[in-house]
Amino acid sequence: MKLPLRFLIPALAFAVLVGFFVVGLHRDPGEIPSPLIGKAAPAFSLESLGDPGWKVGSADFQGRPWVLNVWATWCVGCREEHAAMLEIARENRVPIMGLNWRDDRALALRWLSQLGNPYVSVAFDPEGHVAIDWGVYGAPETFLIDAGGRVVRKRIGPMTPAIWARDFAPLLPPRTAVP
Amino acid sequence: MRRAALMLALAMLTTSAVAVDSGQRFQDPAEQARYERLIRDLRCLVCRSESIADSNATLAADLRREVESQIRAGHTDAEIYKFMTERYGDFVLMQPPVVPRTWLLWSAPALFLAGGLVVVLVVVRRRARVAASDPAALDEEPDRP
Repeated sequence: MKLPLRFLIPALAFAVLVGFFVVGLHRDPGEIPSPLIGKAAPAFSLESLGDPGWKVGSADFQGRPWVLNVWATWCVGCREEHAAMLEIARENRVPIMGLNWRDDRALALRWLSQLGNPYVSVAFDPEGHVAIDWGVYGAPETFLIDAGGRVVRKRIGPMTPAIWARDFAPLLPPRTAVP
Repeated sequence: MRRAALMLALAMLTTSAVAVDSGQRFQDPAEQARYERLIRDLRCLVCRSESIADSNATLAADLRREVESQIRAGHTDAEIYKFMTERYGDFVLMQPPVVPRTWLLWSAPALFLAGGLVVVLVVVRRRARVAASDPAALDEEPDRP
């Protein structure tokens, strides 16, 4: 029995639909591509979390790559990724600056003294102005900025050693040979 | 009649859901209307399907504050939209812009309508042809197992 060709049309339409689903399954709907990738990192200068008289900001890292990690004590994912952040800091390949987002200074300082501090400095952004400039919408978020001051990678959600090794570490300049 | 009046009165009592602090911000009604239109056009990225006018999320409050201060600073609508899309991408707009990437999306209703018309046309023509050659065939068709 030979079926007319038009019977194949629904089957083809179904195959296309399945194709969309397969692609969709492997995508994280929680991730909205950042328009910041490839662009100059938004400049900022904020009070340091630990010392209100001290200003910290994007200018602190001119000419070398750095990481900006957005966190807060109310953020469950931040607690989840904290161990990974400490590990990345221990690697000592790239300085991590914290952006403490819409948080309480005392709580944030207690968090760092209890859980450990992976940051070379922490900018305090209680009103979220700098977070808006960076397009932050859900902590934790982690940005990698290259030596030229451009945002080259962004992770929305908790960082893990595997994601760091796969998406971030290869973008860093080669490790200098240890004598 | 009384029931209808009651229903109408109840319907007038309801309001659409709005965020707690998205009320009056400007003295000038024209500016207030502009503010309300803008926050209705911007998406709350944490809650996805809500505009920043409807959302109680902290981020939505921050973005409302941003819109308010930019209106006060004399920025145009285009400048405010640009500010938002430069930071959050086109997704921050409740209505997707017409760009090459969204042509298929925007033309989808027309394409579906055209596809439906083609199917209708083909079916009508075929049935007309069958009816012309063998009128009895049309009556038999629905009973076929």
